[in-house]
Amino acid sequence: MVIDGETIVPKVPDTQVVCRNAVLGYEDGIVTRDLNFAVNSGDYLCILGENGSGKSTLVKTLLGLQKQLDGEIEWFKGMSSKDIGYLPQQTVVQRDFPASVREIVRSGCLGKMGLRPFYNAQEKQLAEDTMKQLGIDHLAKHCYRDLSGGQQQRVLLARALCATRKMLLLDEPVTGLDPKAQTDLYELIASLNKEGITIIMVSHDMAVVRYATHILHIGSQRQLFFGTKDDYLNSSIGKNFIASERGEFNA
Amino acid sequence: MLDTLINYLVNYPFVRYALIVGLLVSLCSSLLGVTLVLKRFSFIGDGLSHVAFGAMTISTVLPVIVKDILISFSQEGKLSASGDALVKHLTEMNDMVIVLPITLLSAILLLRTGQNTKIKGDAAVAMISVSALAVGYMLINVFSMSANVSGDVCSTLFGSLSILTLKKSDVWICLALSVVVITLFLLLYHKIFAVTFDENFSSATGINANAYNLIIAVITALIIVIAMNLVGSLLISALIIFPALSAMRVFQSFKGVIICSAVISVICAGTGIILSILFSTPVGATIVTADIVVFMIFCIISRFTRRQKA
Ligand SMILES: Nc1ncnc2c1ncn2[C@@H]1O[C@H](COP(=O)(O)OP(=O)(O)OP(=O)(O)O)[C@@H](O)[C@H]1O
Ligand SMILES: [Mg+2]
Repeated sequence: MVIDGETIVPKVPDTQVVCRNAVLGYEDGIVTRDLNFAVNSGDYLCILGENGSGKSTLVKTLLGLQKQLDGEIEWFKGMSSKDIGYLPQQTVVQRDFPASVREIVRSGCLGKMGLRPFYNAQEKQLAEDTMKQLGIDHLAKHCYRDLSGGQQQRVLLARALCATRKMLLLDEPVTGLDPKAQTDLYELIASLNKEGITIIMVSHDMAVVRYATHILHIGSQRQLFFGTKDDYLNSSIGKNFIASERGEFNA
Repeated sequence: MLDTLINYLVNYPFVRYALIVGLLVSLCSSLLGVTLVLKRFSFIGDGLSHVAFGAMTISTVLPVIVKDILISFSQEGKLSASGDALVKHLTEMNDMVIVLPITLLSAILLLRTGQNTKIKGDAAVAMISVSALAVGYMLINVFSMSANVSGDVCSTLFGSLSILTLKKSDVWICLALSVVVITLFLLLYHKIFAVTFDENFSSATGINANAYNLIIAVITALIIVIAMNLVGSLLISALIIFPALSAMRVFQSFKGVIICSAVISVICAGTGIILSILFSTPVGATIVTADIVVFMIFCIISRFTRRQKA
């Protein structure tokens, strides 16, 4: 299943999305090319890569916020880019935005509401249940800006879960959290994955690798690896990456 | 003094209408304040108010220009009957007919330039707003028939000297536009919240964020046109932004902030209008002063509540 340029990614019955020979970038240039990978439902795909390798660009493309320059991204089983629950890398929320946790979590439902102006009882209940599941129900009335970093990420995760239960796409969700909060968030996401929610996690942190089932490693300008975690750990790319991360860690 | 006020309210129904319109205008202007402040759109509000000034001067001098053109084209060197009727019609026409479309169009343009081009959004706005001011002031000086040009300019910039000089058609237009603004805001409230809070997430879940940005710009333009008669184009930004800033000092939720800023705005407008009638002060400036006082009070309150929390 390892990909090199021309190889076609196999499609199994519960495939949710396949990316073939995708070229990503912006008007002013290509960021990365020849991306080939598939995500099946229940997978935990970890996207690794250096700063600037194009991870967030891939995320934006999967979300449909921008188009790939070439190649194709195909969705299956009634999925579309709108069925992704999304946790942004850095939420550019202004520091003093007045919004309660409940208001933010509920806003996850808006995408499904079409032109209906107000939430129905079902959506309100969904928001309450999700907050309880993520352990933030006692914060419902609190102001988002007064929460700790870890709590804020939980709120945004709850919002994403209100949007969909099919697939979560997280772009370096632990940036800026202390180690304890990082581990907690990773465990929480792993438990959601056990429930059957597909996870696509962007990271340059090897701690995630142990939760993942599949790895996509993007290097400068091209894809370095796509495959299962075990294959990755045995590959030279994987060994190098882990060694370099260890080195960084020890230094 | 109180007698004067009661006398006005009881004996002149028009004072009552004016008061109602003032309250509606202030209600409308406070609704979008939070969104404009947080989205860094307040500069668009400011730019638009200058555009509205330019449009207002165009509407003022249009009959004069049309008259000049018609005269220079006619053989006898004077107006024909139909030309005369046209000029008369233009003079009597409500300014809104010209101001509203121009302001709406500029709102859309400003939003576009802010998003798409490499020119910084605020530089574009600054360019457009000073151009509108300069051209407007020049036009009104060159063409105006009025003996009191600086008085005209002053009331366009700072609002009518007294709310009692509002024209009846202004009142009705204000009323209609206010209803439009309030209805739109209530229907789109949750989506406006989402787009304000996190535009990327909203687009990712399938909300057309650009469309809502456009709607926000259009509502802003409507509010500016409505509020122009009350406080004048220079002071509109204050009417939009102060209540929101005050409420944000104290309240913790979006809903709380919106409701609080609406209440603040209406109370300040009511107080301002009444004081301006009693002391014959300029109505716009009085309202804005009331808003400033409330802002300072809320700053002090937030000092105390924050300290208790810590
Ligand atoms: N809006 C944009 N327009 C043009 N180029 C962009 C834009 N956003 C990012 N880029 C460029 O695309 C490249 C990849 O950026 P991207 O944000 O995808 O990297 P990343 O892998 O997510 O990095 P990080 O680990 O720092 O988050 C960078 O060189 C960046 O300069
Ligand atoms: Mg990134």
